[in-house]
Amino acid sequence: MSALKIKNLNKIYSNKFEALKGIDLNVKQGDFFALLGPNGAGKSTTIGIICGLVNKTSGSVKVFGHDIDTDNDAAKASIGVVPQELNFSQFETSLSIVINQGGYYGISRRIATERAEKYLKKLGLWEKRNEVSRNLSGGMKRRLMIARALIHEPKMLILDEPTAGVDVELRRSMWDFLIDLNQQGITIVLTTHYLEEAESLCKNIAIIDQGKIVEDTSMKQLLSKLDKETFFFDLVDPITSLPDLNGLNSKLIDPTTVEIEILRKDNINQVFDVFSSNNINVCSMRNKSNRLEELFLDLLNNNNKTD
Amino acid sequence: MQSLFIPYSTIVIKEVSRFTRIWVQTILPPAISMTLYFVIFGSLIGPRIGTMNGFDYIDYIAPGIIMMSIINNSYANVVSSFYGAKFQRHIEEMLVAPIPNFIILAGFVTGGIVRGFLVGVVVTIVALFFTDLQLHSFPITIAVVLMTSIVFSLAGMINAIFANKFDDISIIPTFVLTPLIYLGGVFYSIDLLPEFWQKVSAFNPILYMVNAFRYGMLGESDISITHAFIMLTVFTITLLIISLQLLNRGVGIKS
Repeated sequence: MSALKIKNLNKIYSNKFEALKGIDLNVKQGDFFALLGPNGAGKSTTIGIICGLVNKTSGSVKVFGHDIDTDNDAAKASIGVVPQELNFSQFETSLSIVINQGGYYGISRRIATERAEKYLKKLGLWEKRNEVSRNLSGGMKRRLMIARALIHEPKMLILDEPTAGVDVELRRSMWDFLIDLNQQGITIVLTTHYLEEAESLCKNIAIIDQGKIVEDTSMKQLLSKLDKETFFFDLVDPITSLPDLNGLNSKLIDPTTVEIEILRKDNINQVFDVFSSNNINVCSMRNKSNRLEELFLDLLNNNNKTD
Repeated sequence: MQSLFIPYSTIVIKEVSRFTRIWVQTILPPAISMTLYFVIFGSLIGPRIGTMNGFDYIDYIAPGIIMMSIINNSYANVVSSFYGAKFQRHIEEMLVAPIPNFIILAGFVTGGIVRGFLVGVVVTIVALFFTDLQLHSFPITIAVVLMTSIVFSLAGMINAIFANKFDDISIIPTFVLTPLIYLGGVFYSIDLLPEFWQKVSAFNPILYMVNAFRYGMLGESDISITHAFIMLTVFTITLLIISLQLLNRGVGIKS
């Protein structure tokens, strides 16, 4: 069974802005799914419709087989949502925010309190349980929203840019937490601007641009489409000009940094051969950008050209 | 039923703890302002006025002053709480959960009733320092308090649904509610008005509430008690239908 099945979903806002233009998506149960797209592409609108915060114009959405039009309560009970923007009372304590959310899902106060303790501890917030939420740090507020989304133990967790503005260490610990949840069988749908995040975590991916799905495939297949990568080579000693690199697209960024574009079919050893024969020593090498980022930008460019 | 009671009680607990947490803003001000009403209109000016429809002036206005605080506070509780939930977006906590809209409405309205009732009790205690209150009919008094606070909680909800900024939640109380309360027979009997203004007053819903409550306490009313209850029922049902329709359509809360 699909965890999430979206068919021909359209959304036109009251100001006539067409946010979604007939999108189709299928997220399998147990998947770790990335929904990527630039700002204003329609990611948050899609999530809003799935969760009941935005009214769709047409199309159908089914969550674990429950249609949001005819079986909305069951659909909602299956989803936990972590929105992009903070949406809890700034005057309540962390503990009461999480317990109250359990109450909204019909969970008794006793069970909600037990679960709140479990998730606040897992997310490192237990010590701050009696702190008024506005006094928490940005990272803590994001973790609080994750704890709140898990209180009814949903089968699917939807996270809309959960690590935006979160420091690297915390981001890594949130990734570990999400991987752990996914391994327990929870389907995870993630939108993010950090393409490294999507590449590290997600098995399947859809890219949305201007309200249309421009790619929907597995992460492995998508990355296999990558036919070139750009590398930076850091040199030990400065050089003034580049030797002939067998016709590879290259440029000297500064006296100790060379940028070279290498096609998938080419052998990277040839670069080192040329450098060695010219007595140029390389001390390190790195990708210019994340691999997915290059593909992502290519896909968006192609979509813009088709339009 | 159990599955509906838990979300309902959660909203009520949240609402009651919200206004009790900020009791200096919610409970204390009406106690102080109503004390001033009793001092000025009851103790200082009242003896010079004499009696109104056979009652000492302070006894005549006491039910109206209690009712005024119930109206203001039940309205203020829902309008500020629901608009605050919209503004801070934590209304989304309820919208993503499988809670029927009538439960959300019932939860907020109950919060308004509890605050209205609590403030009513506080003002009644204040009134006891100035006069000996009578109680003609306990069931009628309680029924009027309950229906009035429901009506104004629903009205507060409708105001909050349409409000887009904080100004919008103070316009109605300032320019509509306050004049209607002052012209609703709190401080005078409408028998004192010329016939034309008596007819105009009949369009003021607060007149029915104040008079029905006064009947419950003193056994005296400018309006027939049956007529007053019919009007209260009509207002309750009308506002209930409107607010539920607005919530079901997602006006002001869904895009």
